[in-house]
Amino acid sequence: MGRVVVEVMPKPEILDPQGKAVASALPRLGFHGFTGVRQGKRFELEVDGEVTAEVLDAVRQAAQTLLSNPVIEDVVSVEVQDAGSVAQVQP
Amino acid sequence: MTAATPDAGAGSARIGVVTFPGSLDDRDAARAVRLAGATPVALWHADDDLHGVDAVVLPGGFSYGDYLRAGAISRFAPVMDSLVDAAHGGLPVLGVCNGFQILCEAHLLPGAMIKNDHRAFVCREQQLIVENTDTAWTRQYTVGERITIPLKNQDGQFVADERTLDQLEAQGRVVFRYASWNPNGSRRDIAGITNEAGNVVGLMPHPEHAVEPGFGPDGPVGPRRGTDGLRFFTSVLGSLVR
Repeated sequence: MGRVVVEVMPKPEILDPQGKAVASALPRLGFHGFTGVRQGKRFELEVDGEVTAEVLDAVRQAAQTLLSNPVIEDVVSVEVQDAGSVAQVQP
Repeated sequence: MTAATPDAGAGSARIGVVTFPGSLDDRDAARAVRLAGATPVALWHADDDLHGVDAVVLPGGFSYGDYLRAGAISRFAPVMDSLVDAAHGGLPVLGVCNGFQILCEAHLLPGAMIKNDHRAFVCREQQLIVENTDTAWTRQYTVGERITIPLKNQDGQFVADERTLDQLEAQGRVVFRYASWNPNGSRRDIAGITNEAGNVVGLMPHPEHAVEPGFGPDGPVGPRRGTDGLRFFTSVLGSLVR
């Protein structure tokens, strides 16, 4: 079984209300010194067998069309996770 | 103020209201269509047939639980393929709240909606300024008119890059702006926009909740008497009946 991990983050210029909420909760719990928090999304897409070039192409396309909205989000990484090994490829 | 009188013969106009899994205001939208004098037609997300309707309303709610992003999954529903084609061909389409989010995700309107800047759900009677009365859905308003329409959302902050915002302003495509208070941090107080042709309009507040005395927002005429939303639906009839 192959797995591709896609990470999506809000664009730097877009206010991230969820990250802000987390940032303001940290000191209340005694975690001090964190000047900012941004919250993104991680997707794990699984396929039977190996992650081929075609599979990766499809993932990249899905990442741009469904998993992220390019108006507000960036796909920051597309990573192949095979059993035991992790190889990073360009988003 | 223009009187919100249904057009003679408008009863034959058929306006579709799409129901997605998680739509909440489809019944209210259908009721608004009926009160305006037209015939509501229930459309189903999984059916790519628009059944020959003359206009379409995408109602508010939390389609697909707002999973992924508000409107992101609805955009790929079978009905949307037909709707996007028809909208490019000039079919009047109104997206309210979640419907607006879906129109943005479908690229029928620019920009996107993110969580309210104050991070809380907001539900209030919101004052809006009408800025464009050339769209299919706003012909019966006057430019500069202030109307009161209920607003209720979690992901209502309209965002777009500066170039897109400048373009919207330059082309007069900001249809509504929040008056007195910006309830969600939307860029430039934008509450609703239109496409270049003026047939597609999206806004966060809910006109379908202000169409009938006794159920609408409070107003100068008395509590719950506000019917400022009705003219969305009578406007579109006016643009259909030639």
